[in-house]
Amino acid sequence: MKDLRRNFLKLAGGAGAMAVTVAAGLLKPGSAWAAPWNKTAFESKASADAIKNLGAAELVESKDITITAPDIAENGAIVPVAVTSKIPNTQNISIIAEKNPFPLAASFDISAGGDAYVSTRVKMGQTSDVRAVVKAGGKFYTAVKEVKVTVGGCG
Amino acid sequence: MAEPMKIRATLQGDTADVRILMRHPMETGTRKTASGVVPLHFIQSVIVTHNGKTVLDAQWSQAISRDPFLGLRVKGAKLGDKINVTWTDNKGDKRSDEVAVSAGT
Repeated sequence: MKDLRRNFLKLAGGAGAMAVTVAAGLLKPGSAWAAPWNKTAFESKASADAIKNLGAAELVESKDITITAPDIAENGAIVPVAVTSKIPNTQNISIIAEKNPFPLAASFDISAGGDAYVSTRVKMGQTSDVRAVVKAGGKFYTAVKEVKVTVGGCG
Repeated sequence: MAEPMKIRATLQGDTADVRILMRHPMETGTRKTASGVVPLHFIQSVIVTHNGKTVLDAQWSQAISRDPFLGLRVKGAKLGDKINVTWTDNKGDKRSDEVAVSAGT
């Protein structure tokens, strides 16, 4: 009986969360359609899977992508990373910290004609490559920069 | 519930330089305290609009640092244009703040 009640509560909780999500979606009519959170890509544990789940089958190395990040980050909890893409029609910039437990850190959709520049701060568990994946005109481009981490910032 | 963001939008030529500082714990779900593991709690989505038109639609993971910073540039901005930022976290909390583009120094 007790177990049944637990299950019921769980179910009810789940349904409630769903309702909130749906309501949140409906509450912003008129604004641009926001893509749902890419759960599969964000929960990928290998950077190759994360890239695949972003929809990129093939990556082309590009010198038109600039990653601005420190060579050595003393504190892995705050690593400033900025990505600039000079590729025309840049639609999306994703930031991947390759050796993090969940490598994909962020994915930015840039509206048409927008400036292809984003800057943020990410956590890094250990020294690894930071990869930027840029989607432009249906193709995917990439660039890498290594960041040495003195003290890890996960956990 | 959520604390206000700090947003600064300054005009440089015809581009607004927007810097946003949000207040959020951004828990990774792996941090342990005396009372156990702190559950996953992070901002999943950030939407930046310029006079109501979306310019940046970001999806984040828990790997973004605590009290997240976001910097971007908005093309074709004018003095007084409205820059609105809305974030939503994995618990459904959200916060929206708006500033007007001010003159750069």
